[in-house]
Amino acid sequence: MAIDQATVRKVANLARIRVSDEQVANLEGELNQILEFVEQLSEVNTDGVAPLTSAVEMTQPLRADVVNDGGYADQIVKNAPASDDGFFLVPKVIE
Amino acid sequence: MSDLTNLTLSDARQKLRNKDITAVELAEAHIDAMAQTKGLNAYILNTEEKAIKMAKASDAKLAKGEGGILEGIPVGVKDLFCTKDVRTTASSKILGDFTPTYESTVTANMWADGAVLLGKLNCDEFAMGSSNETSFFGAVVNPWQRQGDDAQLVPGGSSGGSASAVAARACIAATATDTGGSIRQPAAFTGTVGLKPTYGRCSRWGTVAFASSLDQAGPITRSVRDAAIMLESMASYDVKDSTSVNVAVPAYEKALTGDIKGLKIGIPKEFQVDGMPAEIQALWEQGIEWLKAAGAEIHQVSLPHTKYALPAYYIVAPAEASSNLARYDGVRYGLRVAGDNIDEQYSNSRAEGFGEEVQRRILIGTYVLSAGYYDAYYKKAQRVRTLIKQDFDKAYAKVDLMLTPTTPTAAFGIGENIGDPLTMYLNDIFTVSVNMAGLPGISIPAGISANGLPLGLQLIGKPFDEETLLRTADVMEQAANFTALPQLMAK
Amino acid sequence: MSLIQGATGEWEIVLGLEIHAQITSKSKLMSGASTEFGAEPNSQVSLVDAAMPGMLPVVNEFCYEQAVLTGLGLNAEINLVSIFDRKNYFYPDLPQGYQISQFTDPIVGKGIVKIELPDGSFHDVGIERLHLEQDAGKSIHDLYPSQSCVDLNRSGVALMEIVSDPDMRTAEHAKLYVSKIRTILRYLGTCDGNMEQGSLRADVNVSVRRPGAELGTRCEIKNMNSIRNIGMAIEYEARRQVDIIEDGGTIAQETRLWDVAKGETRSMRSKEEAHDYRYFPDPDLLPVVLEQSWVDEIKARIPELPDAKHLRLMSQYGLNSYDANILIADPENADYFEIVAKGGDAKLAVNWVTGDLFGMLNKRGFTIETSPIKAEALGELVGLITDKTISNKIAKQVFEFMLETGNAPAKIVEEKGLKQVTDTGAIEKAVDEVIAANPDKVEQVKQKPKMAGWFVGQVMQATGGKANPQAVSDLIKAKLGIE
Ligand SMILES: [Mg+2]
Ligand SMILES: [Zn+2]
Repeated sequence: MAIDQATVRKVANLARIRVSDEQVANLEGELNQILEFVEQLSEVNTDGVAPLTSAVEMTQPLRADVVNDGGYADQIVKNAPASDDGFFLVPKVIE
Repeated sequence: MSDLTNLTLSDARQKLRNKDITAVELAEAHIDAMAQTKGLNAYILNTEEKAIKMAKASDAKLAKGEGGILEGIPVGVKDLFCTKDVRTTASSKILGDFTPTYESTVTANMWADGAVLLGKLNCDEFAMGSSNETSFFGAVVNPWQRQGDDAQLVPGGSSGGSASAVAARACIAATATDTGGSIRQPAAFTGTVGLKPTYGRCSRWGTVAFASSLDQAGPITRSVRDAAIMLESMASYDVKDSTSVNVAVPAYEKALTGDIKGLKIGIPKEFQVDGMPAEIQALWEQGIEWLKAAGAEIHQVSLPHTKYALPAYYIVAPAEASSNLARYDGVRYGLRVAGDNIDEQYSNSRAEGFGEEVQRRILIGTYVLSAGYYDAYYKKAQRVRTLIKQDFDKAYAKVDLMLTPTTPTAAFGIGENIGDPLTMYLNDIFTVSVNMAGLPGISIPAGISANGLPLGLQLIGKPFDEETLLRTADVMEQAANFTALPQLMAK
Repeated sequence: MSLIQGATGEWEIVLGLEIHAQITSKSKLMSGASTEFGAEPNSQVSLVDAAMPGMLPVVNEFCYEQAVLTGLGLNAEINLVSIFDRKNYFYPDLPQGYQISQFTDPIVGKGIVKIELPDGSFHDVGIERLHLEQDAGKSIHDLYPSQSCVDLNRSGVALMEIVSDPDMRTAEHAKLYVSKIRTILRYLGTCDGNMEQGSLRADVNVSVRRPGAELGTRCEIKNMNSIRNIGMAIEYEARRQVDIIEDGGTIAQETRLWDVAKGETRSMRSKEEAHDYRYFPDPDLLPVVLEQSWVDEIKARIPELPDAKHLRLMSQYGLNSYDANILIADPENADYFEIVAKGGDAKLAVNWVTGDLFGMLNKRGFTIETSPIKAEALGELVGLITDKTISNKIAKQVFEFMLETGNAPAKIVEEKGLKQVTDTGAIEKAVDEVIAANPDKVEQVKQKPKMAGWFVGQVMQATGGKANPQAVSDLIKAKLGIE
């Protein structure tokens, strides 16, 4: 399963990272090198093996439904590149 | 001055309690050391004013015979830990001047115990790297140099700033994080002690995430005892982190009894990799002898899937990272590079804000999760992860601990491996399976390479048995009696 | 089965719905920030909801309970092990760059919902799943000329997404299904069902096919928040698709929006191609494992649901299906009715509740909860009619007085002297007087017995409406010798 340049562009678009033509060419090689390396996993027989998401052998703790956070809009927008009246501002989105 | 910066944490603590020295004197000595070692680029933010303030508060407490287990101890903090009102960047351009309004649980624990913040430490961007060359703030320099060669070496990564600063006496101890070896490998490269606790031991709340299922905070120090003291402070059960485990935090220092008689130590044969340098092999054998001499039993064990830990890691970690780093979009904080529309703004901000290695990993992670590839890559890697963990479970039915080298080589030169991601990834070959299985591991300085660089040995423990791990590391540390000093340390 | 008549023959509509219902919790699904509606921008946002670096989610137990309760109410399987996944995409009101949702292992599996069609027959709609997920924030596009505003107050609010099987065939089915789900949620108290505030909204998947043929390509109409609009959007969209296919075109799978003003659906920017959500288990969270005993405890708390209540209202009170349906539409209606019915005759009670009471509430802008006439008072009034203390007609006057004064009906009847006259002597006297005063009418009534009503009216007037109309009528017929 090798990645071609079109796939590099598609993936870069999904990840929202602008890539130049030159980068696409480089990335094609680098990503394929990494994929080739990880390809060795196909040697491992994993039939009937359950996937492991977390090494913690625990179940999800659940918290009580209590309002104990929020109420600090100033802190929420404090680091924002653009904000006004408590809102974050972004270039206009057309739906 | 150098008397003060050469102190271990435990010695400094004693002198502070005895009022032989003050916290302010100790902080000032380290602030001076930071200035002397500026060339190492270990710190990316100096908080000396804050340090003096905190030290004064510590002195007031110490004067009354009060104070926590880190009272008055000057530390550096990897810039992955969010610190309230102190810029936090993950060594990335994309976070800009992000200044958290909150404090990570790990650092909050340390401040509550009296630690003094000297500054924020450089690291690989978003902790992605094994040489600390991917930082937006530039590479960190290892204070060690090869014999008769003044070429600048890498300190390892991603916690390169932490390791370099501790080795160079620019702080007594430092916080670090380890996702695939990022505490232990730089510790090995800099002649320091690096402890990666069990996954779930230290809270991840407030620490910038790289790969959530693997990330774990831990200390880098100049002695095993110091690592024990630091861990006791850093660790806590935290309801704000669902993967934090509710196990009481023991007084780790008390575990350092010096007695490991009858302890069963496993030697995993699969760590014997092709082309392993003879000096690494010799060091490993030396380690076995030390443990035997201390009364431990040595057993051969097998971890058959060891070889697959690194490839599985390079699927799981980038996959999680690709999602964890989606929040850096220039909307709520950090760098924003304008575009004609919101999608262009995202793409421009992320292209300019993330460095090459981070971009590479985001792209790999995005690819392995994308439609049609998920089962072949991500799910496959997770199944292999199960097998890796089962290997350890089986081995731990027979032994209490395992001993391996920390790294396949000593520190290399800055720029030597930069263009070759795969060679770089191989640095973590001995450390990464520990993260995949969520186990605790520690690297201690154990020897010197032919060209005069420190080499580390790694002990791997059972989940939440950091006590046995530290006790054994302490015994090995005494046997190794590592006294060599780096060339570029503060005077 | 109602088919669309196209130029080339008949077409069948296939509909599947995804309903997003906001859980009535105090705090958000993954954080302790408030869920209250209408606060200042970004004031109900925690560091977690704003996806600040290093922030981590923790699951709200109450939300889990509500999802289980809802699953049980939909006759669905509860999965004792469920997993939170991340759904990855970029959008300014999605701070994490992913939505925490459930993909492979949702909390609730297959279930079934019954809808009653206007002809009284029933139609089953399969439930494919119900999963928990986070709501997104809100983007406001019309405050600034070149910028959109983002408010994250809703970001992280708990939603249940209820996914139906493609089991509906007409717009009517879809409308009945949404209102049935809404009713069930309101009965369970797991969602307030307020569609205007967006607490309940539906994505409608529409496709058309020749009757019985393979499924056609579907379009998804997003974010519908009125049952009426759902009906109109489906009619429009199905017709649009038939026209395209009959003109030789093909349907593009896409997301569409209902334009209320124009009464048409239109394509949202075609994002299907670009979207690849890369679901994977959220590594910040662990599998949720429930005990069967916990589920059983919740099961024991399930209130009587609309289907059961419908049957019981008919059998217990002798109501017809139509009246029973009106009452069960809202659990408050049925509760109100049952209190009223305690006071007297059930048929009278249902007429008063669905007629006079609802009319008054509507006219005066009240709801059943805020009604100025409480159920106990209306029950008392119905009781007075039932035991013939007053006539139905007098009762309407009493009802007005009750509204005016807030007084109890018995007190009003007493004070205003509205008690029905049952003393036959007094009635007989009045009847005799009317007959004596109208000899011409007496002649006519013997030819046309229906005119007896005129005499009854006269007597009622003479007695100020207080005479028992039945007694009056009986007496008049006897005196005039008519049947
Ligand atoms: Mg590393
Ligand atoms: Zn949804």
